[in-house]
Amino acid sequence: MPRWLPVLLFAAWLCAPLLPVPNFWLTLADYAGIAAIVAVGLVVLTGYGGMTSFGQATFMGFGAYATALLTTHGFSPWLGLPAALVAAGLGAAAMGAITLRLSGHYLPLASIAWSISLYYVFANLDWFGRNDGIGGIPPLAVIGNPLLDSRAYFVPVWVAVGVSVVLTHNLLDSRAGRAIRSLSGGADAAASFGVGLTGAKMLAFVYAGVLAGLAGWLYAHMQRSVNPTPFGLVASIEYLMMAVVGGAGSVWGALLGAGLVTVANDRLQTWLPLLLGTAGSYETIVFGALLVLVLQRAPDGLWPLLRGLAPTPVRRRAVGEAPPLPGRIMPDSDRAVLEASGLRKSFGGLVAVDRLELVLGAREIVGLIGPNGAGKSTTFNLLTGVTRPSAGSVRFLGHDLDRVTPQGAARLGLARSFQHVKLVPGMSVIENVAIGAHLRGRASSLAALLRLDRAEEARLFAEAARQLARVGLLEHADRPADSLALGQQRVVEIARALCLDPVALLLDEPAAGLRHAEKLALAELLRRLRDEGHSVLLVEHDMDFVMGLADRLVVMDFGTKLAEGRPAEVRANPAVIESYLGAVV
Amino acid sequence: MDATIALILLQDGVVNGAIYALLALSLVLVFAVTRVILIPQGEFVAIGALTFAALDAGKTPGSLWLLAGLGAAAFLSGLWQERQGLLWLALETLAWPAAVVGLTLALASRKLGVAVEAALSVAIVTPMAPYLYRVVFQPLAERSVLILLVASIGAHLALTGLGLVFFGPEGYRAEGFSDATFTLGAMTISGQALWIIGMAAAVMAGLALFFGHTLAGKALRATAVNRLGARLVGIATSLSGRIAFALAGFIGALSGVLIVPLTTVYYDTGFLTGLKGFVAAIIGGLVSYPLAAAAAIVVGCVESFASFYASAFKEVIVFTVIIPVLLWRSLVSPAEEE
Repeated sequence: MPRWLPVLLFAAWLCAPLLPVPNFWLTLADYAGIAAIVAVGLVVLTGYGGMTSFGQATFMGFGAYATALLTTHGFSPWLGLPAALVAAGLGAAAMGAITLRLSGHYLPLASIAWSISLYYVFANLDWFGRNDGIGGIPPLAVIGNPLLDSRAYFVPVWVAVGVSVVLTHNLLDSRAGRAIRSLSGGADAAASFGVGLTGAKMLAFVYAGVLAGLAGWLYAHMQRSVNPTPFGLVASIEYLMMAVVGGAGSVWGALLGAGLVTVANDRLQTWLPLLLGTAGSYETIVFGALLVLVLQRAPDGLWPLLRGLAPTPVRRRAVGEAPPLPGRIMPDSDRAVLEASGLRKSFGGLVAVDRLELVLGAREIVGLIGPNGAGKSTTFNLLTGVTRPSAGSVRFLGHDLDRVTPQGAARLGLARSFQHVKLVPGMSVIENVAIGAHLRGRASSLAALLRLDRAEEARLFAEAARQLARVGLLEHADRPADSLALGQQRVVEIARALCLDPVALLLDEPAAGLRHAEKLALAELLRRLRDEGHSVLLVEHDMDFVMGLADRLVVMDFGTKLAEGRPAEVRANPAVIESYLGAVV
Repeated sequence: MDATIALILLQDGVVNGAIYALLALSLVLVFAVTRVILIPQGEFVAIGALTFAALDAGKTPGSLWLLAGLGAAAFLSGLWQERQGLLWLALETLAWPAAVVGLTLALASRKLGVAVEAALSVAIVTPMAPYLYRVVFQPLAERSVLILLVASIGAHLALTGLGLVFFGPEGYRAEGFSDATFTLGAMTISGQALWIIGMAAAVMAGLALFFGHTLAGKALRATAVNRLGARLVGIATSLSGRIAFALAGFIGALSGVLIVPLTTVYYDTGFLTGLKGFVAAIIGGLVSYPLAAAAAIVVGCVESFASFYASAFKEVIVFTVIIPVLLWRSLVSPAEEE
């Protein structure tokens, strides 16, 4: 899809009120537009952030009531706009503070609770006009002209939709947006590169809330009155349904869903009572069935199906020349980078690691090997600070990892890969790699929304491209990360780790799944990294790979160190031979 | 407020709390076994209540046709998903509704007595839940909790609308199991209240026996602990799911039958009732049965006292109860990735 096409279509759409379209359809389009703004917020929250909320209409209500209260006391609707956004944002921040730290399903359940609670609060406070709500809200006026009917209101609504789509696109394509996107699929990995997960969740949540507030502001000045009903749980469910049915994976899905559900809602409310002979909200039957059917048959919503009809080529991200990011000064070669002393970890009665001493020097490649169940993985988790030791300590550049957060460790220059690859599935290879450089950028989400982060983004992506080229995968930069072979995904993880410009690189079975030539290339790369000043520790099963590569080997068995030394020494060590091959007769 | 009013409120709270406790138990059970957050549980309560009220008034309950329809849908869905056990499938999804519908039609015009009406109501509503599981949740069994929750909301929407179709917008009330009253000191206790508490206790004891002493109960517990592990030792997780749903349907229907003599029930009343069960279940962390049951009694009492002091804000207060609980939970056990 050429870039100008959406702009052209959008401009044409804005001209719709000039055509002799009946007001009725323009009214529906206005409602669809307002709903689309809420649904676009849900794309960020649910589609990318992996969180679900049944409370978006409540935030819409915050916005609507805020502007209603202000403007019925004589203030301009344009002053009501920031008030609506702030009210919705603060409401979302408060709800988020309570529920975002909880595991997945508590958020939607809590959102149902606050949705019901606040509905009754709105409906019972004199301040908010109880069930009758607040009437007499002034219309929006542009240069003195009040926008009184749905024809006049069409343009502001759809301009707001356009702004929401552009802002959302900007946000998702930024450092902060990658943090949000990492929440569904690659959260652990992102955290190990210094991404603050709670902050990313909160950002997505507040952003979706603010968009709902914008929708509420539009709604209040379109209806010219507010009451609790359109901000209740039923409405919230409808918004989520729009996102799910259309496809929460893209803003276009949200627009499609908003349009479909709004039109279907109107038609069904007209037709079903005629069909059944009595009035009532029978459309819920159709919507409920539709929701279940979409989840079962088209889990990603209808938009990807539509899109699949016209296959689009992969969009290539232009990565230009950009001044390199400031590098880190690597420690001198006589210094220990990572030191474990007296390390012990027990799970209940099982001692997985015991009295382990291990040193990774600067500019050194150390291989950690041992038979299955020797405690390598536990050791790896202890060394990366993921698991807390039962006794002993791990020091990285003199800092006790027990007292350092994952972010802190990343900041010090500790980078890792994962035994079970953790890349964000829907994101391109190069975007995944750029997560590694998260701490080397500082652009805020606000800067991202306004595209003030482009210079920094260019530098981050130039760095990501450089590291991808280094590991030999630059040609795959724009492919979705999950479309690569598993071995290649491991190498992508190394590129991501390199983006941190790490002092130490801790790799968990990096050669697994690679072909012979790829292994040779990887070994060559790791040697070069060592020569450039990085330290590398790898846990590995592939003996040939590690024997030819490591400067030093540490052999573990039954949780303790069995042997240590140069590869040739270790290979000749009788204890090692016995543990690997069984007793020597 | 004097002691008499306090006692009345407390009694109300405990009686409603007993119903919430039953619902909370069924919600925890369904979540543990299938990971489904069963929002439509409230609809089973409402349909159970309205079915009982219709039978009590000597009318044919509309839920018969809902049962037949859901059974047929479950049959088709079962045909689509399974290639074996078709005889059993037909018995479960076609023969049972046919038998229940036939029996009800034959009996509906007579004066049946409360016990038969209650039993019929439960027989009509209980199988709807496993049918719902077949149609909606079994095809999604391996998906995330969030997807299952959204599907659950879909099922809730559809069932509420169907409730409106089959019962209309009017509310109904039924005669109680007992209109006796007992005086205990300053307190007057109604027979219906004793019935509710007694039935709740009986169901809980029954569940304890079921989980402790039957193979099916143990299979359910195994599925709850580890789905994959359960499957590896030969427990069909879809069967576990249907049993869990059947228990939930039974508890929902029974709850409906028990509350409709106390309060007027509309087609959409169940939703809030079910959610109050959820408040209790959430306080129990969606895992602990005793904690959920105890919390349910607290929720019932909070509700009855709130309705006395600030009746307009009754729901606000009840649903805000979970906020401090969530706060506390988020401090004690932060999120883990699924």
